[in-house]
Amino acid sequence: MDHVLSSATALSIAHVLAGALVLVSFMMLYQDRLSSVINVLALHAVVLGCAVGWQAYIQHAPALYITAGLALGFKALVIPIALHRIVERFGIHREVEAVGGISLTMLGGIGLVALSMVVMLRTAAHADALAREDVALALSVILLGMLMMVTRRNAVSQIAGFMSLENGLILAAAGAQGMPLVVEISVAFSVLIAFIVIGVFLFRIRERFDTVDSTALDAFRGEAS
Amino acid sequence: MSGPAFDAVIATIAIPAAAAAILAVVPSWRLATRLNVIASVLTIAAACLLLWHRPAPTALFLIDDLNIVFLLLNGFVGCTTSLFSAGYIAHELQTGHLTPRYLRFYHAMYQVMMVGMNLALITDNLGLMWFGVELATLSTVMMVGIYRTPASIEASWKYLILGSVGIALALFGTILVYLAARPVLGIGMAAMQWTNLRHHAAALDPALLDVGFIFLLIGYGTKAGLVPMHAWLPDAHAEGPTPISAVLSGLLLNVALYAILRFKMVLAMSHATIEPGILLIGVGLLSLFFAALMLYRRRDIKRLFAYSSIEHMGIIAFAFGIGGPLGNIAGLLQMMMHSLTKSAIFFSVGHIAQAKGTQKIAAITGLTTSHPLLGWTLVAGVAAIAGLPPFGIFTSEFLLITSTFARAPLLAVLLGFGILLAFGALLLRMTGLCFGEPSAGSYPVSASSVPIVLHLGVVLLIGLAMPAFLYAWFAHVATMLG
Repeated sequence: MDHVLSSATALSIAHVLAGALVLVSFMMLYQDRLSSVINVLALHAVVLGCAVGWQAYIQHAPALYITAGLALGFKALVIPIALHRIVERFGIHREVEAVGGISLTMLGGIGLVALSMVVMLRTAAHADALAREDVALALSVILLGMLMMVTRRNAVSQIAGFMSLENGLILAAAGAQGMPLVVEISVAFSVLIAFIVIGVFLFRIRERFDTVDSTALDAFRGEAS
Repeated sequence: MSGPAFDAVIATIAIPAAAAAILAVVPSWRLATRLNVIASVLTIAAACLLLWHRPAPTALFLIDDLNIVFLLLNGFVGCTTSLFSAGYIAHELQTGHLTPRYLRFYHAMYQVMMVGMNLALITDNLGLMWFGVELATLSTVMMVGIYRTPASIEASWKYLILGSVGIALALFGTILVYLAARPVLGIGMAAMQWTNLRHHAAALDPALLDVGFIFLLIGYGTKAGLVPMHAWLPDAHAEGPTPISAVLSGLLLNVALYAILRFKMVLAMSHATIEPGILLIGVGLLSLFFAALMLYRRRDIKRLFAYSSIEHMGIIAFAFGIGGPLGNIAGLLQMMMHSLTKSAIFFSVGHIAQAKGTQKIAAITGLTTSHPLLGWTLVAGVAAIAGLPPFGIFTSEFLLITSTFARAPLLAVLLGFGILLAFGALLLRMTGLCFGEPSAGSYPVSASSVPIVLHLGVVLLIGLAMPAFLYAWFAHVATMLG
């Protein structure tokens, strides 16, 4: 195992794939159409599948192939198709989302990536090279996913943000060599996402969870005076 | 491995799991409510067996003095809530708020939630603990949305999204702790085992533990309803069925806090540079003050008590942050007393909302005249939760304030002020709700007073005279917590 891990090429490929995931997270931030958000989400899952598959190969951890397969099959195909159908059924496929200032969001994203690099590279200084870079990039993906969830108001975009956040977690877990339960955790997350998507579909949730516009919420709460 | 004792550990999750499978297919709701009660009784019986036959720790499960308290509390409140729930849902069926099909789902989810919480409590594996909390969260999300009104779907969506982000961050924290443990404990399961982590804590990478704990505090803190991650809590409590409000406040918040405590225990033995105590004190005070101020402008009765839960979680976090033998005893006692009192209050409130047909505080007055039993139990419950003697919460808050005065007088003043602030709001609302002219409009309810009286009785008993064995037990756990 060690001779593969120490080989510089194996490491570089792992880093390139993890870096690509961060890049795709950025791409998601500036999409203003729902259908393109979903397409980028599928791309995100494909990159994750490749990254996890590569980890499975260099760590000789065949169980991780299941996680990779789940990313490629479920997250890159099934969920995007379901989301496309939801968008079509709700008739919001042409809707352009008011994303509050793309340049500002991108700047925020760059700040978050810089933050996670500074924090994680310093904290994980004594971990092995594979885990260190991987965790730093994974935290970037997680924070960008949260940024996506905060800046969007549409339920479908929030699901996309949550899924990209979760992809970052799977990347971190796969990079932490020999971490137990990774496969089980990725399955648990897939079940969770399936529930969320089914919930949105059944209850026709379009725009929810906007804590900014609290006047609208107060009406729901029965607390408007 | 002694046979019967080991079986009892598994039984605390196997019984609710089996019950969930059965309840999902039982067509008659009357039978289902009975089965739900029976399963809950069996679960607490299994938990009680563990008192006598403490099994040896295995790779996956660990029963120690800390989690057995929570396991028993979980079993007890789970049991009484299932009793309350039987009467509550019968009324919901009559009024047409729920249909039998949804009830099947509701009962199955209730038991799934018990599986998740018990799993999180008994496991020694940090990955499984995370899984248990996620399971409990998901099942409660489903139950919160069960009325399918716009408001309840809104509430469960908010709960789902915030809860998911919370558990995601908790998982990232868990991964970081694993990374810190891997060089010392080797690759694989051993590095995820809490007992090993605590034993070898001094050798773990302090920097990774520091950052990991912050993620865990934010992640599990979201589930525990600590400010500023609390936004889901009032909605989930107000819009879901009342039995669920009772177990959310009484149990799930505790389980999330228990997870934070486990990690705090690891950090206490390590060379990590951050002080978990200071973080907990900060978050605790913030939650206390925020919730105390918010209590004043509540108009919905369930929302009022939801904010009171945030307030109490703040006090508990503060207590464990102060730490030391007395601080920890106060925290543990407060956790127990709050669970029992708050669930009793929600039992009363559930019946009150059904009797009055509304949850609006302004529309409910004079309960002690119109519904003496419900009114007076609510008076007792609010007096207990506000921290009046002779109830148990007075004991724990008194203990906490005096022990804090000895170590950090300024913090004690802040704490006392926050508690007084909340006290004022609760008494103000209580007098409005319970006394004066009864408001018009009242539907008959068949309230079961057994769970309410049982809970408040225990709280009163502990407030009047805490049994010596209980105090000795708390003192022992307090030294474990450090």
